[in-house]
Amino acid sequence: MTGNEAVAAGVKLSNVKVIAAYPITPQTTIVEKLAEMVANGELNSKFIEVESEHSAMSAVTASEMTGVRSFTASSSHGLLYMHEALHWAAGMRLPLVMTVVNRAIGPPWSIWGEHTDSFNQKDTGWLQMYCETNQEAMDSILLGYKIAENNKLLLPVMNMLDAFTLSHTSEPVEVRSHSTAADYLGELELESKMDFNNPAGYGSIVPPDGPFMEMKKDMRDSMYNATNAIKKEITTFNDLFNAELPGLTENFMMEDADYALITLGAISSTAKYTIRKLRERGQKVGLIRLYFYRPFPGEEIVKAVKGLKGLGVVERNLSFGQRGPTFEDVATAIYGRVDVPMRNYVVGLGGRDVRVKDYELMFENLVEGNNEIEWVNVGAK
Amino acid sequence: MPLTIPREEYMEQGHTACAGCGAALSMRYMLKAAGPKTALAIPACCWSVVPGEFPATNLKVPLLYTPFAAAGAAISGLREGLDAQGKEDYNVFAFAGDGGTADIGLQGLSAAMERGHNVIYIMYDNEAYMNTGIQRSGSTPYGAWTTTTPVGMKRDFKKQNKKFVADLMIAQNVPYVATATIGYPEDLERKISIAKSIKGPKFIQILSPCPPGWYHNSADTVKISRLAVESKVFPLYEFKNGKFSLFKPSKTARLTDYLSLQGRFAHLKEDEIKVIEESVNERWSYLLKKEQS
Repeated sequence: MTGNEAVAAGVKLSNVKVIAAYPITPQTTIVEKLAEMVANGELNSKFIEVESEHSAMSAVTASEMTGVRSFTASSSHGLLYMHEALHWAAGMRLPLVMTVVNRAIGPPWSIWGEHTDSFNQKDTGWLQMYCETNQEAMDSILLGYKIAENNKLLLPVMNMLDAFTLSHTSEPVEVRSHSTAADYLGELELESKMDFNNPAGYGSIVPPDGPFMEMKKDMRDSMYNATNAIKKEITTFNDLFNAELPGLTENFMMEDADYALITLGAISSTAKYTIRKLRERGQKVGLIRLYFYRPFPGEEIVKAVKGLKGLGVVERNLSFGQRGPTFEDVATAIYGRVDVPMRNYVVGLGGRDVRVKDYELMFENLVEGNNEIEWVNVGAK
Repeated sequence: MPLTIPREEYMEQGHTACAGCGAALSMRYMLKAAGPKTALAIPACCWSVVPGEFPATNLKVPLLYTPFAAAGAAISGLREGLDAQGKEDYNVFAFAGDGGTADIGLQGLSAAMERGHNVIYIMYDNEAYMNTGIQRSGSTPYGAWTTTTPVGMKRDFKKQNKKFVADLMIAQNVPYVATATIGYPEDLERKISIAKSIKGPKFIQILSPCPPGWYHNSADTVKISRLAVESKVFPLYEFKNGKFSLFKPSKTARLTDYLSLQGRFAHLKEDEIKVIEESVNERWSYLLKKEQS
């Protein structure tokens, strides 16, 4: 099945009760599939055909607040349009799950893949998972709800798929057992939901001396301290479903590597192919794939990069006026703990292909180059 | 005549509204008719601060605060979330100001009504962005001074006519649309009760005078809201199952009776008042025709 079909199957497995969504390429087929499931009675869910993404997020925030598991999906400009509502959902500590099919931001118009849309949301209080395969796309929905609904966390989860490469491309996917999934997730039991017996104001104003900073600190601490719980949940998930989800990160051929790249999402597969090829030539190269980006897997990265002679951070998103955000986050994580020369590569914007020869060039550059930031497969093609 | 307003109070003391706040009365009367099985969604507006600081609230019903543009979407989500749990007998109300309804929230309102959720959207209309300090909205009437339509050396005030959101809702064929004001509390209670009895989307626009924003004496809130109806500035009407009916007040008032109590109109010259008079009369004949058609 395609990545988008896998997501819809994951939503069905999660027994979601309210879906609100607005169409946008390349996310559209997710909500089409969900609408079809509801129409056929395969999925017993309310479906709100909202008029905008801002309303999609606001509607599922409200439905989740009544205590029912809710879902939405978006891409690109739609995701940017719901930015305000993303803060609202996280600030309300609602364990929503949303799929983002990563697509470029215009102008100029582009419907193709890159990660700038979700990178622009990394500070909204949502957990972020970047999928490499369609199997992961499905599993991340189930796992996402499980993690989000953990009473020690209670923060929403965004799971990402690259436009078209995953969303519209078919791969073999094993649909998890419905009964196992039902037992695994259970019914949503929100401790803090709209209560008619003890009426409260949800989101009331808080003055500077009130608990505003404390609430924000609790959100930050909850996410920051969630890494062990997430790792435990991944292990449980893999045992229960006989699945192969990586940890917060996936280390590929890192044991004796001298040089390594850090990637996210579907472009990691081409990187792995290239690494196998270079290994055959005797080059000691490896890959660290970040499955989770929020919370940021700093400890995993520190462990993985020890002893490297060079580390390249591959960035499929763009920040202006500074190096890439992944580079910044990796540098922050390892600062003062591991001394590894780092370079930053900007790749694959607007759906530009990231080819085997591009990865070969990045590894060559890691050994010989001296620029701190390099644009790959740009200009002279 | 016996009073028909329920004795039960769902709005308690301790709110932070200004003295003489029309919007506070709107909430109080609305909740009396709504009852305890009610979920509220409140976007950015005066009422996003009036219930009090976290964790306090002066309302006896749960209320969800939402982003400015999100009242329509939030009541949609509340409704479907409650229905998914078999709680169809709970009321879902939006309580939003005119900025959050006529301007930034219009798209969300229109869509929620179009989708047909079983909800009631209350627009408490104080005719400007009052929570941010009296800036003009689409619902501010012609002639009004606001801080973004100030009257200066070269003179200025809001030069555009009021956008009547209730009229837009009729154009959308919303099953029940009404205008009301706190000067006619029994009429307001009746309209909320009718709205509750109809399954589907409902919209009620409540004129809610604002002493600091309209520059009127806080003791005159009820008087001004009655004058608004008697002078035909704010006609009360109902649109139910496609039938439009206009309330004709037995007592009439002059336009200047209404305007002269409010500092926001104090700068108006005779010819400018004439402009208002003409548009009030024009609208009244339009509504009369609508009733007859």
